[in-house]
Parts: sequence; C-alpha cells; structure tokens
Amino acid sequence: MGEAIVITSGKGGVGKTTTSANIGTALALQGKKVCLVDTDIGLRNLDVVMGLENRIIYDLVDVVEKRCKPHQALVKDKRFEDLLYLLPAAQTTDKSAVTPEQMKTLINDLKQDYDYIVIDCPAGIEQGYKNAVAGADKAIVVTTPEVSAVRDADRIIGLLEKEKDIEPPKLVINRIRNHMMKNGDMLDVDEITTHLSIELIGIVADDDEVIKASNHGEPIVLNPNNKASIAYRNIARRILGESIPLQPLEDQDKGVFTKLKRFFGAK
Amino acid sequence: MASAFPIEVKIFMKKRQNVIIKGTKEGLTLHLNDDCSFQELKDELDEKLSANERDHEKRPLIPVKLETGNRYLSEIQREELKSLVRQKKNLVVDEIESNVISKEEAEKTRRENEIISVARIIRSGQILEVQGDLLLFGDVNPGGKVIAGGNIFIMGALRGIAHAGCFGNKQAVIAASIMKPSQIRISDLINQTINRVRNDDNHEMECAYINHQEQIVVDRLQGLIHIRPDLTRLEGGR
Repeated sequence: MGEAIVITSGKGGVGKTTTSANIGTALALQGKKVCLVDTDIGLRNLDVVMGLENRIIYDLVDVVEKRCKPHQALVKDKRFEDLLYLLPAAQTTDKSAVTPEQMKTLINDLKQDYDYIVIDCPAGIEQGYKNAVAGADKAIVVTTPEVSAVRDADRIIGLLEKEKDIEPPKLVINRIRNHMMKNGDMLDVDEITTHLSIELIGIVADDDEVIKASNHGEPIVLNPNNKASIAYRNIARRILGESIPLQPLEDQDKGVFTKLKRFFGAK
Repeated sequence: MASAFPIEVKIFMKKRQNVIIKGTKEGLTLHLNDDCSFQELKDELDEKLSANERDHEKRPLIPVKLETGNRYLSEIQREELKSLVRQKKNLVVDEIESNVISKEEAEKTRRENEIISVARIIRSGQILEVQGDLLLFGDVNPGGKVIAGGNIFIMGALRGIAHAGCFGNKQAVIAASIMKPSQIRISDLINQTINRVRNDDNHEMECAYINHQEQIVVDRLQGLIHIRPDLTRLEGGR
C-alpha cells in the first residue's frame, strides 16, 4: 500500500508541475514505483514536462468515466524500467468532469500498485484543488520567495490543515535567487518558514537549466550535476525518511582567490 | 369553635407581608416575597403603595430598588412592576435585583466575560470569532482575521486584521507581541495605518486602544495599566 502526495501551491506559476515531475522522477531514481497523476484537467502540462505527451491514449477522465481500465491510461516512462508512470489529465473538458469522491477511489486503487502517487494540483482553491487533495495522504506546498506566493501558500496551508486525512503539509521553497535574498530584495528562507510555520522539506535554486530541461521533456533530476537536480533528489530522499541537511545556497564554483581565502580561514 | 382554628391560620398566612418597604440612604427598597403568586404580589404592592400615598407633587422623584429574591421575572413582568410603581406619584424604579437569572442570560454573561484561549495560526482567509476576550497562542498572518466582543491578546505576531470590541465596546484593547497589523479595528473605528505614540524602533509587546481623541493608537503594553485599569480582574492578592 503506497502513499499519495499532493503537490499544491494556491498560486499559479510557482513550479508545481516542475516540482511534481522532478520529485516523482527522483523517487523513481531511488527505486520506488511511482505514479504521477495530473489533475489539472483542461490545462494539462505534466505530460509535456515529462516528455510523454505524444504517447497519451486515454486520460484521467476516461478512467473515471470507465471508458478504459486505469492501467490502459497509464503512460509508462521508458527511461525507467517499470518504475515511473503518468496518468495524464484530459485536455478537452474541465475540472467539473471529475468529483472528489471519484478521485479518492481512483487514488486508492493506484495506491495498491505503487509506492508513491504524486498528484499535481492545479492552481486555485476551487474544484480542481478539491479533486487533487481528495485522495492524498500527504501534501507538499510549493512557494517562491515572493510575498504573493507566500500569501497564497498560507491560504492553502490553512485549507490543508482542515483536511483531516492529510498529514501536516511540508514546504518547498522554489526559485530562490541567492543574490536577491542576500540583498534583502526577496524574502529569505527563514522569513518564509517562520511566517508559514510548517516543516521545510527543501529549497530549490532558480536555474535556467530547469526551464531548458522542462522544455525538452526531460526532468532536471536526470542531470546528476545540476544544483536544482540535487535539491530535488534531496527532497525525494527526505520523503523517504532520510535526514539530509539543507544545501548551502552559495555558488560552489568560486575563483581561486576565494578558495585560497577560505583555505586560510578568512570569510 | 373548633373549626375556627384553620381559618385563623389562613388569616395569619394571608397577613404575612408579601411586600416589605425599607428606607435606606439611597432611597426605598422594596423586598418582594418570592413565595406568593405574581398577581398577589402586584395586588399587595398596589395596595401598600397606595396606602403610603400622600399628596406631595413638588417632591423630587424617589428612586426605588426592588429585591425579588428567588423569583424570576420575565421582561414583561419587570415592566409591569415598573409601571405599577411609577403610577405612585414620585416613585421610580431604579433597579430590580434578583437572585436568579435565566440560563440563557447566564450563558450570555459567561460568554461575554470569558477569556477564550486558542492555540492556532490564523492563516490567510481564515476568521476566528469569539464573544468574549481572545487569547491567541500563535500568529495572525496577512489575510487572516480575528474578531472578539472584548479584548484581543495575541502571544505572537499580528500581521492580519484584528477587530476588538466588535459589539461596540470602545474600551476594548488589542495587544500583540509583534504588532504589524494590516488593519486594526476597535468598536466601529478602523485604522489602516498605525499611529504609534512613541517613535522608537523597539516594537516589542504593544497594545492598541482608543484614546481621548477617538483615535486608535498603539503604545507600549505597560501603558495599559493607566489607560485601562479595568483590565485587572484580580481582587486582593499579595
């Protein structure tokens, strides 16, 4: 019996889909059997980010309306040997095509066969959100260091705390721009965590490579050397129960002079 | 003659006074028996006050206090007694005191005087509303709102909206460990900007209240001792 994790944020554009794709892929890299579920009916993207768009035959609505069996709709990621699957959202209809009860049944069915179900939640707090959280056991709230994103995350956390079947949500701070945080132009990690007062499960730096990888349909975690990739892998390991300290945000590739200075103990 | 005895008892019972009038420094106090029926009481009250009636129209009004003992009076009955007494020239009911109140009233008083403690974070979009005083262990985040009939004490950061004395109590105060509200309301006054009494940067433990100019101001918490002495409910102590 696996567990279902919903990735949500309230605000749009903070990186829910990217986070879902990368956490799901990272969990598969750890050898877990993972099913990604896109609940953004009508505005699906998870398939694009995963590079599985052209292999979709059936979708979530087809499964719910019993036009096909769940396994027929699941798209297998060939980069992984039978570990990573995607249940795509329908594109032709909208959120009201599915009810929270139907989602709950579907997720419970999937939990029989998979270790982790990663549910990509649409933006907003309406029907789509309700569908996405219906079957979830855990929740990860994604935010960025912007006041508006933190405000929406706060709202979402308040709603998630009311769901009695979901454990207290955990926080991912995405798109951190180190230089802006240092200058105080952006909210810093401490400020956000004290404000939201929920457990921080990972911080991800803003990186051009993430966007590039998404556009190629290859989640960034497949690149072992990228900073964002390591951050996502660490999040996956924390989900699995390992305790890993947060990565420092400073750039590693500093000049020889800085290295020398550090060698002599100067900051 | 043997049968006369019970009659005598009856007469004796009837003679027992249902209304006793006592004069005090403040005025008259009428002790009303709580065993007899309301009609009997009214009749006797009418009779007693009429007997005492003398013609002195120019005299000032004498305040009368009614003590009803363990009798519960409905609002209509209270009005009846008041008008009955008022008909007697220069008497006016100042106060009706009773040992008993209805469950509903007791419940209402309890709710209004209670300090309700809550350990929670009031997040964006959430509203916490209490009838009495609110003691919050946690923050009020931007977009969150706390409303209280009485005072609001926040053992955390106030960054959202707080509304104290929402039923019109202008004496209500709002205290917070970190006072950075997006809006403060006391009674029917609303403040979007914070008027701080002091201009130093030491914003620890502050309170908001309505000052003599009918404005909401924020000051050190310690100022409350002088501004709202009524906040102290402890009597005695060492």
